[in-house]
Amino acid sequence: MSVESRMIENLRSALDPTHLSVVNESDMHNVPPGSESHFKVVVVSPRFEGDALVKRHRTVNLVLAEELRDHIHALALHTYTPDEWVSRAAEHPASPSCRGGSNAG
Amino acid sequence: MDPETKARIDSQIKDNRVMLFMKGTPQFPQCGFSAQVVEILNREEAAFGSLDVLSDEGIRQGIKEYSDWPTIPQLYVDGEFVGGCDIVIEMYQSGELGKTLAAKTT
Repeated sequence: MSVESRMIENLRSALDPTHLSVVNESDMHNVPPGSESHFKVVVVSPRFEGDALVKRHRTVNLVLAEELRDHIHALALHTYTPDEWVSRAAEHPASPSCRGGSNAG
Repeated sequence: MDPETKARIDSQIKDNRVMLFMKGTPQFPQCGFSAQVVEILNREEAAFGSLDVLSDEGIRQGIKEYSDWPTIPQLYVDGEFVGGCDIVIEMYQSGELGKTLAAKTT
């Protein structure tokens, strides 16, 4: 199983995320093609309720301890509670949908 | 971690109110995450001490154990672990970092 799949599996089972994204950003770095060394993780979970950022990151670091020790070189980590995630989304409204006015085709 | 490494980390954190363990130097960061923290500290006009873990293997491994934190950079203020790059960015954006950095300047 790839490092990415294991990360997803471990985070899902440990944190019950309402939103989870794990992006392999290794190709942005000076590593061989196909590497699994640099990741960006966004986790939204009710488990983070009442926890300061350092505690949230420690929680995730613990879940990913094995991958961090053996594979991951860099981890960008963004942790939110479901409420925070909703208010963040509100700051970045989704692009308006198409009203059919395109002249293409 | 050997006691000598721990003592060195202790004294770095004690001697520098704002202390950054990073890859490279503030002038020439060797890692994007470290560079971002330096940039933010500069924008906050914070005076800070720094240590290049790439030139010090003992501290490179030791600081991870010391802070119970697996990645570099690591920022300490007033002897307390503040966080890594993502936390520093979020605190900067929320204004909390400015308060933390200003707290005890007298």
